[in-house]
Amino acid sequence: MRDIWVFIEQDSGVVEESSLEVLTKAREIADARGYLVTGVLLGRGVRGIAGGLGRYGAHRVIVVEHPILESYLGEPYASVMGDLIGERNPDYFLASATRNGRDLAGRLAVRFRTGLQAHVVNLDIAEDGSLVGHVPGFGGNIVAVVRNVRGRPQMATVALGVFRPREAWGEAEVEVVEAKLDPSKLRARRVEVVRRGYVDLSKSRRVVVGGMGTGGDLTLVRELAKIIQADVGVSRPLSDIGVAPKDIYIGSTGVSLNADLAVIVGVSGAPHFVSGIRNVRTVISINKDPEAPIAEYSDYFAVGDLFEIIPKLIEKLRRGV
Amino acid sequence: MGLRNIVVTLKVTPKPEEIRFDPVTKTIDRSKATNEINPADKNALEMALQLKDRYGGRVIVVSMGPPFWEPFLKLAVAMGADDAVLVSDRALAGSDTLPTSLTLARAIQRIGDYDIILTGEESSDGGTGQVPPGIAEWLGIPHVTYITSIEIIEPGKARVKRTIKGGYEILEVDMPFLASVELGCNTPRFPDFRRKRWAEREFKLKTWSIADLGLSPEEVGFKGSATTVDTLMELKPPERLRSRITGAPDEIAEELARIIRELLR
Repeated sequence: MRDIWVFIEQDSGVVEESSLEVLTKAREIADARGYLVTGVLLGRGVRGIAGGLGRYGAHRVIVVEHPILESYLGEPYASVMGDLIGERNPDYFLASATRNGRDLAGRLAVRFRTGLQAHVVNLDIAEDGSLVGHVPGFGGNIVAVVRNVRGRPQMATVALGVFRPREAWGEAEVEVVEAKLDPSKLRARRVEVVRRGYVDLSKSRRVVVGGMGTGGDLTLVRELAKIIQADVGVSRPLSDIGVAPKDIYIGSTGVSLNADLAVIVGVSGAPHFVSGIRNVRTVISINKDPEAPIAEYSDYFAVGDLFEIIPKLIEKLRRGV
Repeated sequence: MGLRNIVVTLKVTPKPEEIRFDPVTKTIDRSKATNEINPADKNALEMALQLKDRYGGRVIVVSMGPPFWEPFLKLAVAMGADDAVLVSDRALAGSDTLPTSLTLARAIQRIGDYDIILTGEESSDGGTGQVPPGIAEWLGIPHVTYITSIEIIEPGKARVKRTIKGGYEILEVDMPFLASVELGCNTPRFPDFRRKRWAEREFKLKTWSIADLGLSPEEVGFKGSATTVDTLMELKPPERLRSRITGAPDEIAEELARIIRELLR
C-alpha cells in the first residue's frame, strides 16, 4: 500500500499545529486513494503524544527519541529522517512549510534526488500517483500547478494555515525506533535559545494590521486592537525594518489570516500582502492614497489620514463597542 | 584568523508587483518589470562584506542565469565583492531547485577554498527557500537557515544567530558551512562611485558553461528537474464590497465605528 509520510514538528514535546493541518490533509487524500498515512515524530520523550496524532489523521506514527532531538536541529534531524526514508522507502513525504520544515525538506530532497514542491496551497495525488500541488509565486497572486516527475519520496512543504486540522479519527499505532546518532559528530550545535511571546495570527478572530503608513509607530494600532479585542499584525516592510517580529507579518511568505475581521491601516496592498488576507471575512482599510491597491481588496475602504481618523475612532468605540 | 573565500549566491529577480499575467497565453510577462538583485541576496552580500572587513578573506559572488544579469553582478563587485562568476548556459533553462542547487554547488566547488557560503533566505519570485539547504547537501557541509548575524569565535568555527518561531537561537557551526541570510537583517551598502565605474568599464567577470562544471545537459534544465509546471493560474481576488468611505476624519470615524460595532455584534 502506498504510504504518505508527514513530518510532525515538535519543540520540547509541543506539537506544531501546522503539522496537524498537513496530517489531516494527507489523511483526506489517503482515504480517497486507499493509502496509508504515517506521522514521523522526532523528539525527546515524545512517545506519549504519538498515539493521539491518530485523531488528526495518522494511521501509524514512527517515533524516534534522543536528547539531541528535543528541538529542531538541522543535522541530526536530516540524519535520522534520511535513514528512516532510506530504510522504509515511503512514496510521499510532506512537511509543513515552517522554517524548520523547509530546512529539513530542502536537504532531504537533494539527498534522495527527488522533487520538492514549496509551500503548496493545494495538494492532491493524481490517478498515476504523481503528487500535484499549487505553488504560489511572484508574491502569491500567481499559482503554478506543479507535478513531481522524478524521484522518491515525492515531496512537498505545505503552506501554513491553509488546511484545517480535524479530530476525526482514532488513535494511531505507534512504533518506536532507536536513534542512531553520534552527537560528537555534529558540526552545528545549539548554545542558546531566546524566546519572546508568540501569537499565531492565523488563528486570530480579529486582527489590526499596521503598514508603512504608520511610519513605524504602532501605538494607535495597538490601542485600536485593544479596544476591539484584536491581535496586532504588520506588513512585511515593518518587520523587515525591525519594528515588529517576523512572526506577525501578513503575506505570501508570512502569515495568512483566517480572521472574521481585519482592520488594515497604512498598508498600500502589494500582491504579496493581499494574498495573506484572502480568507478574511470582512476587510476594513484606511489609507491616505485613494488609488491604493488595498481598496480593491477591502469591503470598506476609508480614504484619509490614519493619524486623524484612528484617535477619533478609538474615542467613539470607547463609548461602547 | 583570516578567512578564506566567502562565496555569496546571487539571483536577479523582477519586482513582484510589476509582474503581469496573461490569462490567455497563461504566461508571465516580466518585460515591464524592473529587475533587481534579489533583496535577501543583497543582505547576504552585505553580511559577507562585513565579514571580510572584520576577518579578511575574499568575497566572490556566484550566479546562475542569463547573460543580461552581468550588470547586476558588476553592481555586486562595485559594492565590494572581489570577483564574480556567472554560470550561463541555454541548457539550464527550466531548472527547478534540484539542478539549480547542483549547478551552484559545482560552481562553488570550482571556486574552491571556501569557508563560508552565504545565500538569501529565499528569492522574491519563486520563494521556495529550498536552494540553500540543497547546495549544502550537494557539498556535504552543514547549513543553517534564516540567520541574522555571524561571528567568528575561533579558527574554523563561527557563531550564528538563527530566527526561530517566537525568538532566536544561537548555534556554533564548523567551517566550511552554508548559511541563508534573513531579508532585511542589515542595510546593504551603496557602491563606491569610483569602484562602480571600474566595475562597469574594466572588471571582467568569469562566465562558465555547464561543461566547465562537468555537467551534462541531461543533469540540468527541464531534463534534470524532478518537478514540472503543468500550468499557471492567476488567483482572482476574493469578492469584496469595495465600499468607499470619504469625508471629514470625524465623519469617517463615525461610519467606521458604526460598521465595526455592527460586525462585532
